[in-house]
Formats: sequence, structure tokens, C-alpha cells
Amino acid sequence: MSAVLDRDRTLTRAREAAAAVVDPELPMLTLADLGVLRDVTVDDDGAVVAAITPTYSGCPAMAAMRDDLVRELRAAGFADARVRVVLEPAWTTDWITPAGRAALAAAGISPPGPAPQRSGPVLLRLAPVRRAVRCPRCGSDDVTVGSEFGSTACKALYRCRACLEPFEHVKEI
Amino acid sequence: MPDVRTHEPDDHDNAYAGLLVNDTHWAFGTDFEDPLAGVDTTVPDGVDPATLAAYCLMLGDDALVLSQRLAEWCSNAPDLEEDIALSNIALDLLGQARLLLARAAAADGSQVPALPDGSPVPDEDRLAFFRDAPQFRNVRLVEVPGGDFAQTVVRILLFSSWRLALLDRLTRSRDGVLAAVAAKAVKELTYHRDFAGRWFLTLARGTDESRRRLVAGLDALWPLWSELFETHDVERAAARSGIGVDPADVAADVEAVLDQVLAASGVDRPAVAPLAAVQGDGAAQPAHGRKGRDGGHTEALGALLAEMQVVARAHPGGQW
Repeated sequence: MSAVLDRDRTLTRAREAAAAVVDPELPMLTLADLGVLRDVTVDDDGAVVAAITPTYSGCPAMAAMRDDLVRELRAAGFADARVRVVLEPAWTTDWITPAGRAALAAAGISPPGPAPQRSGPVLLRLAPVRRAVRCPRCGSDDVTVGSEFGSTACKALYRCRACLEPFEHVKEI
Repeated sequence: MPDVRTHEPDDHDNAYAGLLVNDTHWAFGTDFEDPLAGVDTTVPDGVDPATLAAYCLMLGDDALVLSQRLAEWCSNAPDLEEDIALSNIALDLLGQARLLLARAAAADGSQVPALPDGSPVPDEDRLAFFRDAPQFRNVRLVEVPGGDFAQTVVRILLFSSWRLALLDRLTRSRDGVLAAVAAKAVKELTYHRDFAGRWFLTLARGTDESRRRLVAGLDALWPLWSELFETHDVERAAARSGIGVDPADVAADVEAVLDQVLAASGVDRPAVAPLAAVQGDGAAQPAHGRKGRDGGHTEALGALLAEMQVVARAHPGGQW
């Protein structure tokens, strides 16, 4: 019985340590808030395996996330910590938690809307994407997209026409 | 929420002072681990590992070479937004290439160039940096020099329209790794195709000069278009064993998307003949000559690879 309890406590501790690691490019978000951390398991020998799903195929932050996870788990007392990549199902912005969305907005980054759903072929969009985006600074919805590609793979560039400030939006995928 | 600061609030005089404050969230000395760590790379039953590897190399080389061409725009684009957009697209393609080359190596290691004992260079880097042009299996559309911004837009439109249709079907591959890589890539390619489609329309309906350049770019790349839909023996075998897609099968869907863009832009399909295959260069070759999928390339690929590979080849034991 106590072995089971010990094991539960160990697992909780490993999960807490992994869940607290922050995204290297969006440091207001933990990997758990971002939805990148999919699972944490502890085997009988105390080895921890954290499963993560890449956001974008070429996201350079993934290597940093793996190193950070291993370092934080070791710092929490898990000498044998490993990271496993899970490719399926593919990451979607729908996995960003409500707390993560609030943290993004508080940092001046517009959080994503619902990810696009489709049945059948992917439709070409020749008109600019219409999103219900509000300026994270002044709250105006009078905003214009400058580019669908921003400073990181996951963000689009916007400008607010009311307060004239530029801002970034985490684009839906 | 974690406490993260990147500068001391009162320190306005020194631009560098804040760089190392509360820096525990930065990963120093990051190494590049296996991008497929922990992924099940077992080759599905009844599938020839060499065919799977050769097929992954084709799709991976397409992405790698176009990524390198697009990266040439970094700091050279017409404005900052497009500079960032082209770099983003290049980065997405590089990520797809890395996963596909790693999958090729995991399926059949015999394709991976040998390096001196103890070299830490991972398999996907060996494939990218230590193969010569005749060993590359990319279509020739991705390797020819970039031209101006209009021609770059045309190339991204042609390539992403074709690759999106192809990889959308590849999400049903019997190979779980290929299916997962494709599912991720489809989301990325959707943004690439929209970007190129909008710029195509904008340039076609812009000034006489922008339209002239766009049409010239389309004429320049059109000879390489039909090659994308020619079925290579490897693609035929991959499709037959349920891991790959025959590119001829997506032609109708892709042409329909292209027609949509051309009609909205008021641009006609060019009347330009396809680029001939490479003939009589001494290599063992099929009767029709060699094209990109056979390792028959334009001379531009050699120069591109020389630039891309020179540092890695100078340090075959290098740790990056």
C-alpha cells in the first residue's frame, strides 16, 4: 500500500517539475500551458519519461525544451530523466490551456481562436484571414494583419488601428 | 505563472546588462538530439525498407533544397515582413526535411554516408551534408536559382500546392511516422500556399512591372512543373505498398487549385515545353534520361550544395 502511495507521490512530483518548465520563446507559458507536454511517466526504477509533441516541424525551441525538461527533472531529484517525442496526433493551438491564453494576453500577445476544422481538401484562401482578434493593449477590434508570419513560427503580425501599436497573434493550427 | 524577467527595471543605461538576468529559462549548450527519439520507427509489414528510405529521401530532399533556396532571401527580401515570412517558410521546410531524412536513415541505414569513427554527426545531417548532387532525389523545380521576388512567389505557389495535395493523402500512409510528419506538414503548407496565392494575385493585379515580372517568373519555372507529376519507380512501389502517394494521382486536384489562382489573377497558363531529362552523362540511366528523382540535376544544385555543405564537410567530427 505504502509503495503505491510512494509511487503516486513520485509521479506527482515528476509531473509538477516537468509541468513548470517554460517555453524558451514564450517564457510566460509553461510547456503544460502550451500543450506541448503530453505525458509524464515514472517506471519501477524511478526513471522519468516526459512525452512532448512539437509545435512546428522546424521549431528551433524544441531542442531547448528537451534540454530544459531533462535539467529540471534532474534538479528535482530524478537522475534518469528522458524526453520522448510524440508526433501523433499533431499539436494544435486548441491544446493551449485557459491559463496559458490568459498569460499570453497579459504579456501583450493575442491568444489563438479555435483551430480550423475541415472535411475534404484544404481550401485555398486568397483573401486575408478573418479572425476575431482584439488588440491586447487597448482592446479594440479595429486591427489589421501585417503578415501571417512573425518572429516565431507560431505567430502572425498585427497592428491596432485604434492605438496604432503593433502586436503578435498566435495563429491557429 | 513563473517569474520571468529579461531586464532589471531600473537599468536603462546598458543595453547588454539585462541579457543574463534571471536566465534560468535559457538552455545553454543545447545539442541536437534525435528528432525521432522514442518514436516507433519499425518498418510496416510487407514494406521494403530500401523503398521506404528512398521515398523519404525524395520528399525530404525537396524540402531541404527549397529551404536552402528560400533562406537566401534572409535579409534580402523587399521588406521586413516578407523577409520574415520567407524565413519562416524555409524553417518549416527544414523541419520537415529533418524528420524525413531521419525517417529515411531509421528505415535503411545503408543510404547514410559513413564518417570517421566517433563522429557525432547525426544520420539526418550526414544525409544532408555528406551526399553529392547525383545522390540527391529532389525534383529540379526546387534547385534552380531563385530569381526575383515574383519568381520566388511562383515557386512557392507551385511547390506548396503540389506538396500540400501530396502530403494530405500521405496522412493515410501505412507508415505511422510518414503519416504523422505529413499531418503536421499539411498545416504548415496551408499557410505557405495562402501566402504565395495572395502575393501572386497582388503582383498580377499590381503595376505593369509587377505583372511583367510575375508572368516572366511563371514562364521561367513552367518547364519544371510537369516533372512533379511524373511517377518514379520508387514512388510507384511506395504507393503500391501503401506507404506513399503516386504524384500522378494528385495532378487533377493541384491543377484545379492553380487554375483558381490563375483565373483570379487573369494570367494564362504558359505555352512552354518541359525541361528535357539529362542524357548521355555516363551514369547508368533509364532510356528516357535522368531527371531530379533519378539524381539528374541542373548544374545549379552543385553550387547550392557546395555552399550549404562546406562547413559541415570541413569538420566531419564537429559538434554543433
